[in-house]
Formats: sequence, structure tokens, C-alpha cells
Amino acid sequence: MKELRLMKGNEAFAEAAIRAGTDAYFGYPITPQSEVIEYLMAQNPEERTGMAVLQAESEIAAINMIYGAAGCGKKAMTSSSSPGISLKQEGLSYIAGAELPCVVLNVVRGGPGLGTIQPSQSDYFQAVKGGGHGDYKLIVLAPATVQETVDFVKLAFDLAFKYRNPVMILSDGIIGQMMEKVELFEQIPRSDEEYDWATQGKKPGKDHTIITSLQLKPEEQEKVNLRLQAKYREVEKNEVLYESYNTEDADYLFVAFGSCGRITQKAMEMARKKGYKVGQIRPKTLYPFPVEVINKLSDQVKGILTVEMNAGQMVEDVRLAVDGKTPVEYFGRYGGMIPSPDEILNAFEQKFIGGK
Amino acid sequence: MAKKGDVVIQIEKCKGCEICLASCPQSVLGMSDKVNSKGFKYAVKVNSACTGCANCAVICPDAAITVYREK
Amino acid sequence: MAENLIKPENLVYEKTNAMTDRVLHYCPGCGHGTAHRMLAEAIEELEIQGETIGIAPVGCSVLAYYYFDVDMTEAAHGRAPAVATGIKRVMPEKYVFTYQGDGDLAAIGTAETIHACNRGENFLIVFINNGIYGMTGGQMAPTTLENMKSTTSPRGRDIKTMGSPLKISELVAELPGTYYVARHSVHTPANVRKTKRAFKKAFQYQKDNKGTCLIEVVSNCPSNWKMTPVESNKWMEENMFPYYPLGDIKVPQ
Repeated sequence: MKELRLMKGNEAFAEAAIRAGTDAYFGYPITPQSEVIEYLMAQNPEERTGMAVLQAESEIAAINMIYGAAGCGKKAMTSSSSPGISLKQEGLSYIAGAELPCVVLNVVRGGPGLGTIQPSQSDYFQAVKGGGHGDYKLIVLAPATVQETVDFVKLAFDLAFKYRNPVMILSDGIIGQMMEKVELFEQIPRSDEEYDWATQGKKPGKDHTIITSLQLKPEEQEKVNLRLQAKYREVEKNEVLYESYNTEDADYLFVAFGSCGRITQKAMEMARKKGYKVGQIRPKTLYPFPVEVINKLSDQVKGILTVEMNAGQMVEDVRLAVDGKTPVEYFGRYGGMIPSPDEILNAFEQKFIGGK
Repeated sequence: MAKKGDVVIQIEKCKGCEICLASCPQSVLGMSDKVNSKGFKYAVKVNSACTGCANCAVICPDAAITVYREK
Repeated sequence: MAENLIKPENLVYEKTNAMTDRVLHYCPGCGHGTAHRMLAEAIEELEIQGETIGIAPVGCSVLAYYYFDVDMTEAAHGRAPAVATGIKRVMPEKYVFTYQGDGDLAAIGTAETIHACNRGENFLIVFINNGIYGMTGGQMAPTTLENMKSTTSPRGRDIKTMGSPLKISELVAELPGTYYVARHSVHTPANVRKTKRAFKKAFQYQKDNKGTCLIEVVSNCPSNWKMTPVESNKWMEENMFPYYPLGDIKVPQ
């Protein structure tokens, strides 16, 4: 039965993980996402569903435990925050290279370095461009609400198994720490499915399964890359998700994702009240990026403002999508600071209306 | 009297490391004059004193030796 | 004489079916092949080939997954015990082993090794210690002996600046999570047979859920030690064994 609860983002994520039939969670504490593993441990999911939960000795160990469990064809996930996600990049590259499914939650905090424990979107590049070594992509989902965080757990596993690719849920300290009303989906049973790509024990009369990202011959490694690129083109074709608001009659467009997308929505409403016809696109998938809709709208609008909690990262993808057809400007706060709707409106007026 | 044995050496698997020579209690094995397709000299039988003890096969890093022994 | 003994009924020893037919890429005389074969023979004799999942390391044995005819995963450098943990936690009924060299297990993967052992993860760690980085061309390993030359210790390992060779097996034997820790070699037929017995014991303990078993195999590296294989085995006896003595380090009480 569906169930309504008031929950913190991180705890809702953890509850959704259990309900999604996840087989294994491996993680390491880091603020602002430690509630994920705390909630899981408190829930005793070994008993609830048989899900394995383990606090690893490091983020590096955790992501490699994911690699092992994912290679067995199991639903495996980890979560962390920015500095910890940096440590996981090696493992993510191997998982992407070996084409295994997994889900990774990044509750982003401000950087660089140890940075701050306050919310940020400064891991955008790392998330959407690959992050580790080699040509690969993560599928990146950006929730704006606790509800989306929950719903994206299910979606993330579906995409991860459909494409045998790691999926990142790029959240931030606001969504992770905020309490909201959330509707929880019903428990999905854990699966015993057998996959020919998984190490589940060699079957009689069949070849043994090998999981590797190594090809010593360059012509073979190029084939791997071609296969990956073909897969990414499929992902780009099929999986783009975004929310659009007031775009029909828009003269200007805001583009913002995640928690910042919600704040920007308020700024859009304020701009409308002042008589500016502003619309908004909120990408729900950051990779694949909603290129087509933004490109189309750039024929219609006089300018686009991206609003980000970083020093201007997504703005580059918006400019690529727009392809020079209309001016693209950026406004943001960073280092853990959150832009206010007033600031956003002010920045919009200055950049596009001829402000004070 | 010790039982009689025999060995079959897969020439293309042998890398000529000579560890089997050092492990054979009967000094049955020696090295070829010729080389295999990889350019390695390979182990060969040089006499018929083999007892089928399998020491050579047990030590062979390349699993190149099969051993037989009379019943 | 002249009687042909080469017939199926006289067969006493052949390559185990738990190894594939691929030609091993290792240098002539390298102990890896023998250690592989003993592990594979243990798997075949225990009839667990379909129930075993192995993890290959980074290093000379990076391609071990081609040779063991069981399901295999290739781990990042040093991470095999973490990968094995992930596998074992979702498939606890399978037999899981890692196969790692000294650089992989005792340098870059020290944390993963120690914590897997400390948790008593119920799998087998096979640790090949030849005191050198083979794959990258003979650099100093954590287990390189004092005064031993390598490309990164060209005047010999200087304890003062480079630290002492690490006895990781003794170290993990101190942890409550390890159940069986032993050091063997594969340089004589008798030692090879002992090594296989140790592997079989370790798998049996795994079946009984006893905790982590770590079997170290002190091995050679003729290419990077710059010796013939036969010389390298002799050098190993004279130099490696005094520092890394063979035998049981921790046995079930």
C-alpha cells in the first residue's frame, strides 16, 4: 500500500532503497548524507528484505563492494557527498567500463577540497561529464524534492539495468536535510534474476563469465568505446526528462535544476508579476541533458538565464544546446550559499532588462 | 621395481624454464635443440627411466605436461 | 619395453578442468602458473567450480580471469577484497577468492586487505609475494627485502628511507577475523602439493563460515630478479624464506 510520511530527504532515500528491492548498500559516513546509512542500519533491512548493508572502511572500498555486488547481477547502491564521491571516481570508471548497473547518490556540498557541509551544485561537471578517467557517462538524475528523490530510486535502478550503466542521483544538502511530505511506493520484492553477464557461478556447458574493463589490444578497447558511445546515444535519444513552466509565451527562459530549480521557480513567478514573460526549464536528467527543448526555445526567447549553486557549470551545456541562437547568461551563488528569489530576479533584470 | 611411467609434453605450451628438469628424480628430462613457435627451447625426454611420479607436471608453471603410469 | 603407456587408463596427471586451455602469459618459470593450477585443482577436487567466483588483481596476474574456468571479476588495483566483500555479501553461498600480488595487496590495497580480514569476511585471499612489482617492470614492492635491488631501489632497499619489508600475513593473523593464515611456496613438487592442501582447507573453512583465510605464496620473479628460473628458486630459498618463513601462521584453535 502507498504510504504518506513526513521525512527527511536522506531518510526517504534510504526507505525508498529498501522498498526498491535493493540487494546491497555499502557506504561510508560523510555530512550531509550520513542519515542514509544510519536509517538503513536502524531499519535492519537484513530482516525486512534480506538487503545487505555494510559500513565500509572508505568510500573507495564501498564503491568497489558495489562493483562486486553489481557484477553478480544484484541491485547495489551507495551514497556519499562531494569529497567522498571524488574518492569513488576510480570505481565508477571501472563500473562504467565493465558495463555494470548501480545507483549512486551524491548529496552535494560546497567545495573545492573539504569545502563546506552546506548545499551546493558544484559537482555538476564531475557528474555529467564522466568524473573519472576515460570516456564514459553516468546517467544523472537531479531531484528537486524529497518526493522526486524517492521516485528516482526506482527510476535509477530501471535505467541502470536497462543500459547496464551507473546512475547517479545528484541531490544536494538542501534536499537531503529537508523534511517534506512524501508518498512511498510499495515494497518491490528483491529479484533472483539470472543474467548472462553476471558472475553468479559458471553454468554447466556454458563459458565462464568474465567482468573486466581491460582490453590490452587498442582495436579491442576502441570497440568497447564504440559500444559505450552507441549506448550513450540511445540514452540521449530515449531518457531525457525535464519539467517546463510557462514556456508557451515566454520571452525569457530560466534554466535551473534540483533545489535551485525550485528557488528559481519562485523568481520566475515574481518576474511574471512584474510583467516579464519568463518561462523555465528544470532538467530532471542532467545527463542526458534536455538539449532539444532548450534549442527549440532559444528560437523563441530573447535570452536565457541559468541559475546554479556553483560558479557556472550547467551554463556551458545550455550554451551548447542554444548554439549561439540567443544570449545565455549565468547567475549563481556558491561555497554553500543559496541564491534567493530576489537575487535571481535582480540578476535577470540587470542582465536582460537593463537594470539599475 | 618401480613402475614405469611416461610423459607427454605440449611443446607449444612449454617456455623452457627448466624447472621440471630440476624436479625430476630420475633425470628423465632435458632440453630440445630446436625451438617452438615462440622461440623457446622445450623440455624433452632424454631417457626411459620415468616412473610416472608426476613431479615434473606438478611443478610445471604452464601445465604443459601430462603423466601416465602403468597399472 | 616398447609398451605404450600413453593411454587413458594409465593417466595419472593432467591439467585440471578448472583451468581453461589458454596459454599463460607469464614469463618462463614464474610461480604464478603453478599457484593458479593448485588453486584450480583445489576447486576441481572439491567440485565447486560452478559455485566459485574469483577476483583478479592488477599486476602480473591481471589476466588471471582468462585462466581460471570459473566466473571471474577483474578488480581495480588493491580493491579485490572490497570487490570480494560485495560479492560474498550478496551471494553468501558461493565460494569466493581473491588472487593478489604484493603491490596490490600489501601497498595500494592495504586498507581493503586489513578491513576485510578484520571483518572476518568469509572468503579466501591468495597472496603471491615475490618481493617486486613484476608487471610494471621491477619496481620496489612493500615486501622487497632489505638491500634488495629494484628499479626504484637501485642501490638496494634502504630501510631508513624506504621502510622495512612488510610481513602482512603475520599482521592480519593478529586480527580476530582471520581464521587460517599460512605461508607456502610452489618451487618444489612437495611445496606445490602442500600449497594445494592449504587452498583446499581454506575452501572447506569458507564452506563452514569460519572467516577470512589468507594463504601467502612466496614466489619468484626470474625476469625482474634477473636470474634463470632455477636460480631464482634457489635465491628465494636462501633470501626470501629466512624473512618470510614457510608454514602455518595462524591455525584454527
